[in-house]
Amino acid sequence: MEALDIFTSASLWGAVLRIATPLIFGTLGALICERSGVLNLGIEGIMTLGAMVAWMTVYQGADLWTGLFVAAVCGGMFGLLHAFLTVPLGLSQHVTGLGITLFASSLTYYIYRLALPVSSSPPTIEPFQPLAIPGLSDIPFIGEALFSQTAPTYLAIFAIVVTAYVFTRTPLGLAIRMTGENPHAVEAQGLNPVRIRIGTIVVGSALMAMGGAFLTTATFNSFFPTMVQGRGWVCIALVVFASWRPGKALLGALLFALFDAYQLRLQHVIDNAIPYQLFLMVPYVLSIVALVIMSRRARVPQALMAPYRKGER
Amino acid sequence: MTLEPVLELTNITKRFGDLVANDSISLSLGKGELLALLGENGAGKTTLMNILFGHYTADTGDVRAFGQLLPPGKPRAAIEAGIGMVHQHFTLAGNLSVLDNIMIGTEGLGHLRTARREAETKLKTLSERFGLQVNPNAFVSELSVGERQRVEILKALYRDARVLILDEPTAVLTRIEADQLFETLRDMTASGLSVIFISHKLGEVMAASNRVVILRGGRTVAERQTAKTDRAELAELMVGRRVVRPVRTDQEPGRDILTAKNVSVLEGGRKILDTIGFRVRAGEILGIIGVSGNGQAALGQLTSGLLAADSGTLSYDGHETKGFSPHMLVRAGTGRIPEDRNTEGAVGEMAIWENSVLERIRESRFSGNGFVKRAACRNYADELIERFDIRGATPDTGTRQLSGGNMQKMILGRNLASSPNLIIANQPTRGLDEGAIAAVHGELLEARKAGAAVLLISEDLDEVLALSDTIQAIFKGRLSAAVPAAQAESRAIGLMMAGIWEGENAA
Repeated sequence: MEALDIFTSASLWGAVLRIATPLIFGTLGALICERSGVLNLGIEGIMTLGAMVAWMTVYQGADLWTGLFVAAVCGGMFGLLHAFLTVPLGLSQHVTGLGITLFASSLTYYIYRLALPVSSSPPTIEPFQPLAIPGLSDIPFIGEALFSQTAPTYLAIFAIVVTAYVFTRTPLGLAIRMTGENPHAVEAQGLNPVRIRIGTIVVGSALMAMGGAFLTTATFNSFFPTMVQGRGWVCIALVVFASWRPGKALLGALLFALFDAYQLRLQHVIDNAIPYQLFLMVPYVLSIVALVIMSRRARVPQALMAPYRKGER
Repeated sequence: MTLEPVLELTNITKRFGDLVANDSISLSLGKGELLALLGENGAGKTTLMNILFGHYTADTGDVRAFGQLLPPGKPRAAIEAGIGMVHQHFTLAGNLSVLDNIMIGTEGLGHLRTARREAETKLKTLSERFGLQVNPNAFVSELSVGERQRVEILKALYRDARVLILDEPTAVLTRIEADQLFETLRDMTASGLSVIFISHKLGEVMAASNRVVILRGGRTVAERQTAKTDRAELAELMVGRRVVRPVRTDQEPGRDILTAKNVSVLEGGRKILDTIGFRVRAGEILGIIGVSGNGQAALGQLTSGLLAADSGTLSYDGHETKGFSPHMLVRAGTGRIPEDRNTEGAVGEMAIWENSVLERIRESRFSGNGFVKRAACRNYADELIERFDIRGATPDTGTRQLSGGNMQKMILGRNLASSPNLIIANQPTRGLDEGAIAAVHGELLEARKAGAAVLLISEDLDEVLALSDTIQAIFKGRLSAAVPAAQAESRAIGLMMAGIWEGENAA
C-alpha cells in the first residue's frame, strides 16, 4: 500500500516539523494571551505583518535574525494596540481582534506595494538553511527527520519548554494563570491584573509575528500577501485543542502539520483519481474532528473574554 | 477598653455620588477580640471594610494598624501590615489547586522558581494548628462552599495575618458549617489573633462575638459588649425602630389546593425526590424545613412547573396531573417566588415596569393587537411600588438597582396583586435584612388570610415555626409526615431536619 509507505519516509517527518513551526509560534502566542484571559484574534493579521516585516528587513540588507527580531517587535506593537483596546478600555475582544487582523493585513499590503510598486514576481532573499546538529543528525532516519531543521524551529520548541516552565514553576506563571481565572483574586493580593494582561498580549503577539516571519525566512524565500492562508485561525483552534497547555499545543501543531505533509504526498500517490482540492481540505476536517474529541474535557480559563474592571464583580 | 488596640479607624467618610456610604465612622479593634459589625444591607459595613483593606480610598479619615498609618488604596500595604480579608464573594480560581490559590502573590514575580514544597509544609502546619483541614492539591472547583471559605481563611493566615476580616461569612454556610467556623474563630482569638466579622444575623452575633458595633445609614449608632445586651435591643438599634415580626392567627383551612401523592422525580437515575406526599389547603401555610441541598430545588421546580413527576400524582384544585407547566400555573393564579431572585425571579437589565408585567403581558389590560400598553403597565408598576412599599424605585428604575429586599418586594407584589389562590415561596427571605423579612412575612400572612394556600420552602427554622400551620421536614429528597405547628417544638424539628423522624430513619 503506497499510501502507507509515506509514513516510513524520513522526509515526511522532516517536513512535519518545518510545517509545524509557524503553527507552534502562533499557537503559543495565542495561548499565552488566552491564559491571562484575553482572546487575540489579531493573530492572522499579525502573522501576515510579521512575514512581510522580516522579509523586508532582510531584503533591505539586514541578516535573518535581525529580520526575525524586527518582526517580533512589530508584532509586539500591534499586541500593545490590542491590549490597550481590550484591557484598560475593556472593548469586545472579538471585534477588536478582527479589527487588528484587518488593519495589520491591509497595512502590510500597503507597505509592500509602497516599497515595490511594480514587481510581477516578488524578489527573493536567502532563507535560513537547515542546521544539522552534530552527532544527532547522523542517526539514521531520526537524524534526518528531527535534527536537520532550521534554527527557528529549534527556537520554537525551546519557547514551548520555557513557557511550560514559566506557567508551572514560577510565581509569574501562577499570576498569569490566576489572571485568566479570576483577576479579582490577583488584585486582592496587591498584584496588577491590567499590567499582567498587557504584558502577556505583547509577548504573545511578538511570538505570533515570529510565526509569520518563519514563512518568509525559512519555508519560502519571498513574500506574497496571502501567504498566511488562515494559519492564524488554525492556531486559535489549536489552543482549544491543547486545553490551554503548552505541551499539548506542540502536539496539536505537529498533528496538524502531519495531516498537511501527508496530504501533499498523498496527492502524488493517488494522482488524478481524486481532485487535489479535496486533499487540501483534509487537515482542516481532521482538525475539527480532533477539536471535538479533545475539547470536551478542556478546562477553559474562567475569565477568558471577560473584561476586568477594578471594583466590579 | 483595656485591650491593646491592633486596628484603629478614625473619622472615615466615603461618598459615592450623593450617597454617603460611611459618615465619619470611628472604630477600634483590640488584640484577641472577636468584634461583630452589625447592620442591615446598605448600612455601609462592606464599604468600611473595603476602605480598611485598601480596595476603596476614603474621602477623609485614616486607618492605623498596630500603630502604623496605612497608605490609602493599597491592598498590598494592608496585607503586609498583617490584615487578611475574606470577601463574601470568594476570590478564588476554580481551575487552580488550593495551593496555587493560596500562594498567589506571595512570591516576587521575578523569581525563577516557586518554593512549592516549603509552601505546602507551611500550609499543612497552619491547617493543623487551626483545625482547617483541606487538601492542598485539590482543585478549588471540587470543594464545597465551606471548604472554599477555609481556603480563603488559610490564604490570609498564610500571609501571617494577625487581623482577620470576614464579610458576611455565614451567608453561604449551613448551620453546622457556621458553628464550626465560629469555633475556629474563637480558637484564633484565643491564640492572639483579632477578628472582625460583618453580619446582619442577630443569632450569630449574640452567640459568637465579644463586642458589637452597630452601623445604620453609614454611621455608628451604638456599641455594646455582647454579654450586656440582648437580641431585642440589637434588633432595634440595627433597624432604628422596633421591628415586630407579624404573628400568625388561627384560622380554619379550606379545601385542598395543591397535593402530592407518592411523587418521585429522577435525575440521571437517582431519585432527587423520593415518594413524597403533602397537602396544602386554602388559607393554610405548609412549611417545608430542611438544610439546603436536600431536594428543595427539585421541589420548587416541581411545584413551579419546571419539572414533572416520574411517578405519583400531583393535583391542583382537584385536577390531577404528572406535571404542571409554568403557563398553566400563571393562568390558574399561582404566585411563585423563586429561590434565586436574581436569575429566576426578575430580569435585572429590565425596568421595574417591565418586570412587573412579565408574567401577565398577554392579559388584555397590558397588551393588545400585538402592542404593549406601556401607560397601563407603568400605572400598574406604580401601584405595586405604592402598595408594597418598594423603596428607591420608579417604574423606569432598572431592576438591578434595587436592593435585595426591595427586589423581593417587587416579585412578591407582582404575585400577590392578583390575589393568587396558591403561592410557592422558595427561600423567600434568604439574604434579606430584618425590616424586609418582617415585610415579606406580613405579606405572606396577609395572603393566607385572604384564602391563599402557601407552600413555604425554607432553611430558616424560626421562619418556618413563625409562619406555618403545618410543618414537614425534607431530607435527602424525602419528606417527613406533617406535624401541626401547635405540636412542633424546635428540638424535634431539628432532629427531623437530620432525617430522624418517628417510625423510620431516612438516613
